[in-house]
Amino acid sequence: MREITYREALREALFEEMRRDDRVFLMGEEVGHYDGAYKVSQGLLAEFGERRVIDTPIAEAGFAGIGIGAAMTGLRPIVEFMSWNFSFVAFDQIISNASKTYSMSGGKIKVPIVFRGPNGAAAQVAAQHSHTVEAFYAHIPGLWVANPSTPRDAKGLLKAAIRMDDPVVFLEGETLYNLKGEVPDASEDEIIPFGKARIAREGKDCTLIAWGAPFHTALAVADRLAKEAGIECDVIDPRTLRPIDETAILESVAKTNRCVIVHETWPYGGPGAEMVDLIQREAFDYLDAPVLRVGSLDVPMPYAKNLESLVLPTPERIETAIRRVTYREER
Amino acid sequence: MSEVKVERWLDDYREMLLIRRFEEESARAYAQGKIGGFLHLYIGQESIAVAAATTIEKGDLVFQTYRDHGTALALGMTPEAAMAELFGKDTGCSRGLGGSMHYFDVENGFYGGWGIVGGHLALAAGAAFRSKYLGEDQVTLCFFGEGATNIGGFHEAMSLAGLWKLPAVFICENNQYAMGTPLSRTSPLSDLSVKAAGYGMVGDRFEGYDVDVVREHLKKAIDRARSGEGPSFLEIETYRFRGHSMSDPGKYRTAEELEERKKKDPILLILGKLRDAGVDEAKIEAIEDEVEERIEAALKHADEAPFPEESLLYETVTVEKF
Ligand SMILES: Cc1ncc(C[n+]2csc(CCOP(=O)(O)OP(=O)(O)O)c2C)c(N)n1
Repeated sequence: MREITYREALREALFEEMRRDDRVFLMGEEVGHYDGAYKVSQGLLAEFGERRVIDTPIAEAGFAGIGIGAAMTGLRPIVEFMSWNFSFVAFDQIISNASKTYSMSGGKIKVPIVFRGPNGAAAQVAAQHSHTVEAFYAHIPGLWVANPSTPRDAKGLLKAAIRMDDPVVFLEGETLYNLKGEVPDASEDEIIPFGKARIAREGKDCTLIAWGAPFHTALAVADRLAKEAGIECDVIDPRTLRPIDETAILESVAKTNRCVIVHETWPYGGPGAEMVDLIQREAFDYLDAPVLRVGSLDVPMPYAKNLESLVLPTPERIETAIRRVTYREER
Repeated sequence: MSEVKVERWLDDYREMLLIRRFEEESARAYAQGKIGGFLHLYIGQESIAVAAATTIEKGDLVFQTYRDHGTALALGMTPEAAMAELFGKDTGCSRGLGGSMHYFDVENGFYGGWGIVGGHLALAAGAAFRSKYLGEDQVTLCFFGEGATNIGGFHEAMSLAGLWKLPAVFICENNQYAMGTPLSRTSPLSDLSVKAAGYGMVGDRFEGYDVDVVREHLKKAIDRARSGEGPSFLEIETYRFRGHSMSDPGKYRTAEELEERKKKDPILLILGKLRDAGVDEAKIEAIEDEVEERIEAALKHADEAPFPEESLLYETVTVEKF
């Protein structure tokens, strides 16, 4: 299979879906003339023109709301946030309007819209620009939340999101845009369904659940521990956080009897806690150790490099957690 | 030419050059990997920060965006504290936790250093509210780019400040581009100062290259605020010579445009004034040497200062502990 970057995979999804359906358009800051702040939308303006690739002023609540209004009345907008940090000024539009309309109208008005953009800490961009937002949005009934970790999932899930008749929060990994990986040809039109996890690695000793940038950290730790300590992890990438693939998680835990969840969000009230609830509720009898979470430290993101790297889920903290649940703490 | 005026200009030159050289060296340190994250340079806009710092009074408060080095330095932050912050060091003005975008220096009236476009205008209005509430006479200045004049945060802060006649001055540094987007593609207006009327404020609009001109206009707005006549909205025409941040190559404008704009470089302007006034070249050179020494000392300090300890992370989450 050919290899392309995560950024190119997203771009292909945008091109393909916009060619397929004239109602689909892209709107956001710097998406057109500048070719995208992170170059995801490069070339779109040239092909589709200013009617469908729309540069907005800095007015997130305004253009998120315009997207929702257009979606309610028949268009299929893709709204790009330059980063998810800037979605907070549009939070009300997403929470009070996008996620509620279908229910509140008694199922009469659909809101087929995708909100997308980079999520998570980049390097040293400090407290206001380093949010990992899945905990905020996965909390809300009425939204779907995707969080692809690989180029293939990025493309397949974005195509699925654009075809969905509901509001989707699509979280791209800010540090993953240059990541390369195998992606099927456009002719295959691969759609990856929401709510289906991907098993990235098989093992009998411990279930390791991770997504976004830390997915790659976790997978590397799993590979290393297999070699160095003979600990074999089942590595699961949930791919979407609303819904969560409960079956995949429970089947794995039934096999390994242990679980570690790794994510970049703060642990407090996060999706990891939701998974812990699922596991203790449905797989209690299978568990041989408490389920552990490894997330960002419970502090605002510092600028200083030495502190930032402590805050993010480090390989050391992931390894310690795996060793604890497998009772292999001695090294 | 009055002695006082020349002394003023010499100080202006020293301050503007300090900011310019500070940022040129920070760009270099960024390229060397000593500084990370986003670094937004103020190069080309120095006259505005210096005019503000030399017009306000002690106790007045200032809010700025992420493009904050110039304003903080002009208000009196030491180059050591400023550079150490960029290097993520414990002796930085925010102890390495804030970085380039989040300078704070309360002793000198500098209240940040804010990263979300439009988010700090209401904070500045809040500081002005406090002065009014306490019956004190400080004025709060709030700086932001022209790109911030479309967002809800701008509108709500301006609405309330206008309604309550808060002692604030809202200053739009119109450097022509919001990241890669020229004003013509973000606003149907070419004169943003007309927005003032919608908030019951006095509007003013002028070029910001000449520090004396900026001072003159600022002074009127500050006096109005201090005397209880309410806030003003100023649109100052300026230009940033560098990209939006270090990662922006600035392809959206031509080399000719940039060269043309550089003819209005505020530092060239102030130098011209000094020379026209017949100031001794030796005096000018002495200032340049002094600035170089201060920048060198700042770089040395930033290099040698310690990184913050892990404990700082936990100490600074909340004031009260549980
Ligand atoms: C709410 C929000 N949206 C987007 C951004 C990303 N962003 C940072 S600066 C900027 C451009 C701002 O331009 P302007 O207000 O003119 O100020 P300048 O940078 O030119 O000083 C953008 C889009 C942000 N920080 N906050």
